[in-house]
Amino acid sequence: MHPPTLIEKIWDAHVVHEQAGAPTLLYIDLHLVHEVTSPQAFQDLRERGIKVRRPDLTVATTDHSVPTTDPSLPIVDAIAATQVAQLETNCRDFGIRCYGRSSERQGIVHVIGPELGLTQPGMTVVCGDSHTATHGAFGALAFGIGTSEVGHVLATQCLLQRKSKTFEVRVDGTLRPGVTAKDIILALIARIGVGGGTGCILEYRGSAIRALTMEQRMTVCNMSIEGGARAGMVAPDDVTFAYLCGRPYAPKGADWDAAVARWRQLPSGEGATYDRSITIDADRLEPMITYGTNPGMGIPVTAPLPEPSQVADPLQRDSIRKALHYMGLEGGRPLLGHKVNVVFIGSCTNSRISDLRSAASLLKGRKVNPDVRVMVVPGSQQVKRQAEAEGLPEIFRAAGCDWREPGCSMCIAMNGDQLQPGEYSVSTSNRNFEGRQGPGGRTFLASPLTAAAAALTGVVTDVRTLL
Amino acid sequence: MNGAMNFRSRLVPLPINNVDTDQIIPARFLKTISKQGLDKQLFYDWRYDAQGQPKPDFILNQRRGRGAQILLAGDNFGCGSSREHAPWALGQFGFRAVISTSFADIFQQNSLKNALLPIVVPADAHAALFALVDRDPDAEVTVDLASQTVTLPDGRAVEFPIDPFSKHCLVEGVDELGYILKNEAAIAAFETRRVGSINTLA
Repeated sequence: MHPPTLIEKIWDAHVVHEQAGAPTLLYIDLHLVHEVTSPQAFQDLRERGIKVRRPDLTVATTDHSVPTTDPSLPIVDAIAATQVAQLETNCRDFGIRCYGRSSERQGIVHVIGPELGLTQPGMTVVCGDSHTATHGAFGALAFGIGTSEVGHVLATQCLLQRKSKTFEVRVDGTLRPGVTAKDIILALIARIGVGGGTGCILEYRGSAIRALTMEQRMTVCNMSIEGGARAGMVAPDDVTFAYLCGRPYAPKGADWDAAVARWRQLPSGEGATYDRSITIDADRLEPMITYGTNPGMGIPVTAPLPEPSQVADPLQRDSIRKALHYMGLEGGRPLLGHKVNVVFIGSCTNSRISDLRSAASLLKGRKVNPDVRVMVVPGSQQVKRQAEAEGLPEIFRAAGCDWREPGCSMCIAMNGDQLQPGEYSVSTSNRNFEGRQGPGGRTFLASPLTAAAAALTGVVTDVRTLL
Repeated sequence: MNGAMNFRSRLVPLPINNVDTDQIIPARFLKTISKQGLDKQLFYDWRYDAQGQPKPDFILNQRRGRGAQILLAGDNFGCGSSREHAPWALGQFGFRAVISTSFADIFQQNSLKNALLPIVVPADAHAALFALVDRDPDAEVTVDLASQTVTLPDGRAVEFPIDPFSKHCLVEGVDELGYILKNEAAIAAFETRRVGSINTLA
């Protein structure tokens, strides 16, 4: 018998009921709710006359469809306004705490969960959003669910789940200057492909992962779903505990000591085995950028674009050809120096205070290229206040960037923040799908540093030349 | 619910790998608070131009794109977001099954909860189905959930996997939430054992 992995320990601790021929009934410790994927679930509960079982394990916020303009002004988009109002009504009717637009705790659901100390090691965390994988950075089993499952959790605090395979992602070595957590995850997805982690839960291990801060670990875990894995995790350690200590919902006093003692038992045992394993050498990583229409289409920023005629598999060749056509790019040529119209710094991947500091460090005392529209969108009200306390908005504004209110913004382009058809963005978000940032828009995914570099030069740039 | 789930239909070929949910239904249509009316938004940006006019080269705008109940898609269909609007839109358009070599996890689970059958077939059968519709766009196949087969016009039956519980739910019309609610005693017992819970209302 091999010692259990982190994943198996959390799974085993949350089994409510097992029955032959049926999936496991798994208990959920934290349910995060937002305006887009919940209204139909609340409606189902109303129609069936069912209450929310554990409002004390549930919290809501508005992030996806809210404008990133002055929150004291009404939402102009009537459909979005209705959806936001519906969430507030649902939360009132069902007794759920909602950090809405007027709240000083409002923000992107995957930013506020951790910063409020709601996300803790060993928990099961779900949300009707695929980037729930973010919370795995704390050693929680966290995954996205559909609206039917949102209803199941609201009604029963449980989900029917099948065990996933375990997939070890070992990243050893030291990141070189200009190379970031975002580059680790973009490099991983470029290697395994967007379906490479399907059916798996990733566990990120190794010295380069241990060296990451909590915010950097969140960036890595966040994009696990872009490799097809529902969840991605990092075992908790002293970095985790130091981040959590003193946060509003973190345990206090003797409860804190007891919690840390429990959390220290979570890491995979020595000799634990995984269904699959992959190794990445951090020393060899370069700043990454995507060129295509899924997050697996990534290359080192200095590399040439792939040449479709040299791809053996016909469907794969067609995919790359179709992607290059949509992106208006030519195979074999470099991406470096390619024109950029918009830079977006934000999203649940890269909108935390360290991301903003990273971008600001490059922009300080410089001017963005006058042809580039640069939007900086903090992940939450708390991130915004912290940035203000550090003088970051002044740095961004002086450089020529637009400093906005928290939300998902141009990552998903539901709120009016979007690209015009044909425009190119360098974006710190997580998806470069066709039209993701607005119909006809073209997205290059990259780190905050690489995005800031493009803001300054107006073209795709190797940030290492500006450090 | 769908009951026995046995039907015969033409196939709509969409030979593209990694079709993401942003293509199936773009995010700007997710501001609705209803499940209804999503059929018009299915594959919207592939189906309509910037003026909202149908693009004639997209298959759903062609004769063979209408009235068929099976979408024949490339590998890893439904990757990306967790939006259940994707299977809602496919179902409302008239699809009852999607055939591929693989599906993204969340999309697959969402589909099963909405009587949209995600049918995984081996690569050779997948290629044979594309070859079939290439030769004869009007060719029909039979999907039978009970025997877990897709039967081609030449009589070749391709088996597909489905977990027994999902099959039971689809065949018997079992409501998953109702099933979970029957475990009330086990849930309550589990709750007495939990330690170190948060309290979001505190």
